[in-house]
Amino acid sequence: MNQTYIAVSTDSPSVALDNKSIKMTKKTRKWEVFPGKNKFCCNGRIMMARQTGIFYFTCTLIVVTCGLFFGFDCPYLAVHVTAAIPVVGGALFIFVMATLFRTSFSDPGVIPRASPDEAADIEKKIEVPNTTSPGTYRPPPRTKEVIIKGQVVKLKYCFTCKIFRPPRASHCSFCDNCVERFDHHCPWVGNCVGRRNYRYFYLFILSLSILCIYIFACVLTHLILRSKDDNFLHAMRDSPASVIEAIVCFFSVWSVIGLAGFHTYLVGSDQTTNEDIKGSYSAKRGQENFNPFSQGSILRNCLVVLCGPTPPSLIDRRGFVVPECSPIHDGMLASSGKESNAVKIRHENYGSTTHYKNSNNIGTNTAGDPVVVSNGNLPVTKHDMITYQTTDGTVNNHLPTVNDQPPVVFHDTPLVNFPLAEAEVGPYMRDNTNAVSRGCSTELSPL
Amino acid sequence: MDDISGIPPNNCQKVFIQRDFSEGTSVKFLTKFPAELNGKLETDVFVRTITQLNSMFSEAETLGGRNYCESCLACLTAYTSYICFDTHYEKMLKKITKFIAEQNQDYYVPRGLMLVDPVERGLRTLEICLLTENNGR
Repeated sequence: MNQTYIAVSTDSPSVALDNKSIKMTKKTRKWEVFPGKNKFCCNGRIMMARQTGIFYFTCTLIVVTCGLFFGFDCPYLAVHVTAAIPVVGGALFIFVMATLFRTSFSDPGVIPRASPDEAADIEKKIEVPNTTSPGTYRPPPRTKEVIIKGQVVKLKYCFTCKIFRPPRASHCSFCDNCVERFDHHCPWVGNCVGRRNYRYFYLFILSLSILCIYIFACVLTHLILRSKDDNFLHAMRDSPASVIEAIVCFFSVWSVIGLAGFHTYLVGSDQTTNEDIKGSYSAKRGQENFNPFSQGSILRNCLVVLCGPTPPSLIDRRGFVVPECSPIHDGMLASSGKESNAVKIRHENYGSTTHYKNSNNIGTNTAGDPVVVSNGNLPVTKHDMITYQTTDGTVNNHLPTVNDQPPVVFHDTPLVNFPLAEAEVGPYMRDNTNAVSRGCSTELSPL
Repeated sequence: MDDISGIPPNNCQKVFIQRDFSEGTSVKFLTKFPAELNGKLETDVFVRTITQLNSMFSEAETLGGRNYCESCLACLTAYTSYICFDTHYEKMLKKITKFIAEQNQDYYVPRGLMLVDPVERGLRTLEICLLTENNGR
């Protein structure tokens, strides 16, 4: 261990110590380094799955059908029946589109991946004695059992996110994220359906089935009224748009109503599609099984799902990336870690949202070669983001020369960048209440 | 324990308080005092902090009239009202951030510890950093 300098973390708490500190030329937002397979628009405000083709098809189908309805049927019906028809249709259409966009564009409830420290901690807790030789390493099946209201629920370890998935969460293979209360990945809305957007999804299919029936009924009324004066075939010839709408509605209404009915059952019993398909709460091998998350009554379940509290997005997409010294920690851990399990795990990308965008090597292959991490890649790729502390306690962001070789000291504590003379606890905390809040800056420590 | 012994003194050791799922998926942290904090923190301070934190989260997630009204209003406006105001949950999260900062200032930092706002860790864990002071000062 003969590193020539000390890399000092510019972890969040230390960042706001000096407002006159250097600003990075361009601040990176967290969505830009998000590890999942998602698509972001509008600077992180909109979040979708990568494959959105079918979503555009859904949109086109709804908009075109409704456009034909408002363009060709509504004028006739407003005159001959009542002006309320286009008004109700318009309100329904707006609600359907609003809930569709809400479902598609919002975070379904992605659970952020574990930080390297947290992953290491979990790794340590579940570590099993290494009986086999290191060459034949294979990760053991990792599950944890928790008792929820008397019901045993298995929590599975997610190798991608490095966490034990909370109950009801599941990893979406399309988006590569663990999603809370995962329902399913819906290509029609181009997003996962999970805890944060399930209610929008349910209201979308419910209102869509109503809209479908409504348009179908109106179109039939239109055709029948026209065929009163003439015969039905002539009515169809006079209004071909109505025929197209009727066909579209006729074929889509069955699947949409079926889906709405199925989800109404799920809402009433507070289950997810995922749990229903896997039969999580059906009796197995004579064992009594029940849904521990159900509120007890159908009405309460509906209230919880549709009107319950709105959980916040946990991934802070629009926050700024704050540099962390995880790679150093990584390399160091790996160099000291004897256990082959842990080292293997650390080879993979931790996928922390605070990893730098351009730092290919950071957090991925740091295991086993701490010298490279410290002397090679890290200062070169992210030189500007890192400050170094020399032995006499001065802090700068220049790479110290090879000649002055201080002892190796790793800095991970937020306190280390603090000017040493002022290292009192009180002012430190006062200054940092803002810095601790989420994603406030990528400012650097003073030179 | 290999990892811990390998960490140089200045590297911040961390203790993670895991979630308590015994009552469902609501956010709740275990009040079991971690052995790593022995001698660094009084048990009752720790338990008080966690209990208070848990009650704040349960207030955020409670199924009261307030949440129902908020959701129904949002639904009637086709969910455009969320653009205009913060939800009850978000307001509670801000309170929790403030609470954590206060606890840090009053109890934890003087003892060389620091709580990390759970929202920073995706509400999965409560992270407690052990700010080991012996870094050459």
